[in-house]
Amino acid sequence: MIYFDNVSKRYNDGRSAALEEVTFQIEPKEFVSIVGHSGAGKTTLLKMIIAEDKPSSGQVFFESLDIHRIPRTRLPQYRRKIGTVFQDFKLLLHKTAYENIAFAMEANGRSDEEIAENVPQALALVDLTDKAWNFPNELSGGEKQRVAIARAIVNQPDIIIADEPTGNLDPIATYEVVQILRKINDLGTTVVMTTHNKGVIDELGRRVITMDEGRIIRDDATGKYVL
Amino acid sequence: MFTSFRRILRAGFIGFWRNAYVSLASIFVITVALFVIGSTMIIDQLLTVSLSQLQSKVDINVYFVPSASQEDIDALTSSVRALPEVEMVTYTSREEALADYREKNQNDSVTMQALEELKENPLGATIAVQARETSQYESINQFLQEQKSPIVDEINYTKNKESIDKLTGIIDAVQQASFVTLIVLIIAAVMITFNTIRLAIYTAKEEISVMRLVGASNGFIRGPFMLQGVMYGVFSGVIALLILYPILLWLGPKTAAFFELNVFDYFVTNFAYIFGVLIGIGVALGLVSSVLAIARYLRV
Repeated sequence: MIYFDNVSKRYNDGRSAALEEVTFQIEPKEFVSIVGHSGAGKTTLLKMIIAEDKPSSGQVFFESLDIHRIPRTRLPQYRRKIGTVFQDFKLLLHKTAYENIAFAMEANGRSDEEIAENVPQALALVDLTDKAWNFPNELSGGEKQRVAIARAIVNQPDIIIADEPTGNLDPIATYEVVQILRKINDLGTTVVMTTHNKGVIDELGRRVITMDEGRIIRDDATGKYVL
Repeated sequence: MFTSFRRILRAGFIGFWRNAYVSLASIFVITVALFVIGSTMIIDQLLTVSLSQLQSKVDINVYFVPSASQEDIDALTSSVRALPEVEMVTYTSREEALADYREKNQNDSVTMQALEELKENPLGATIAVQARETSQYESINQFLQEQKSPIVDEINYTKNKESIDKLTGIIDAVQQASFVTLIVLIIAAVMITFNTIRLAIYTAKEEISVMRLVGASNGFIRGPFMLQGVMYGVFSGVIALLILYPILLWLGPKTAAFFELNVFDYFVTNFAYIFGVLIGIGVALGLVSSVLAIARYLRV
């Protein structure tokens, strides 16, 4: 469902390439982990998918849609097909857990009835029903990330993009977050995740793409963390 | 459509309360700006009133010889009245002139005695000519001089010329200075407000990027901030009026004595106008600042 066709990305200094002739594809319902050292191009790759960054050359497709030819006014609609989860959570600090999740639905133009029904379901899925009315600064790191995941899935997106979702979490919270992502994947949503965490990769036993200096150097169907 | 409008309204109100500190800072700055603008409006009104009063005190007096016939005086008076520059001509008869003179000098026994000894009224009739603009006295004077009328004893324009010129200069200078001051104050107020709101929205920069990531449209992101800008303007306008009220109540009698305009009465009778201007400027300031400040974060 996602196709990278010979994608390169150079930043203005011209010397270093963040991505170098990257070509691969992601099938529906896959759980793909992208690993690599810092600066290997993992985050740049994800930014291409959510149209936060443009390639210097090459194309990125979401199904038949060339992502970087979407007019700016249509970008919000496109982004609603994608759920995003970040290392730093990116929650709205002035909104409660419930309101953070509801905001994603409001932005999507969902009805009040749908919001009243789906937000508690999403909160239940990440096991945070009792923290619904807490603000982000009243939650632990793991809880914040679970709110972020609930927000990412509440609109039933086609794909979840998770950039280092466990980067700031302790081992127990990491385990919980990965279990939730796996559950989401089992329910039929494609998941693309970058990570540094060897334990997470080895435990998942799913497809692993290994990157180094902007290139894909390994792509294993049931990979291990090899670096 | 209606649903998202309602949601924008709700988000705007919630944002206003939850960012109370930022809201207070913005309201404070806009209030100061509006207070300055409101005060300038009232000072300007004071100036206008006192200037027009000063202007009305300037005139050209034409003194007729005591022997002048009434027909000749009337003829000259109506020809002066017909001039387009002339605002008003006030006629004072010989008898009225004498009565005025007596009244002014009633405590001066020597003068009164001298007056008694004269068999005839020594004073001639006069007319006082007021121009529409102070700059027009010159041409009125010229007209009067050109008549070379034998019944005219004296025209006091040349005597008054210096003070009239000076007054004309002062009036022009004060009007220009107050206009420039108003413009400078308004520009300063706009810039300070814009900067404050820009800083307020800067703190929301992260939030805006998050909203974009979850697929909120620009309008949906911008709406609550715009509403907050409008609310800042309305609150500031009301507060500025509430501050002006007691100050003007206190100043009213003082200005009434000095400038012959009670600023409090002016405030009360023109309340709708002042209210409209201040709230209008406040809302425009808040709204435009919000829109401009947020525009840079909405670019992809």
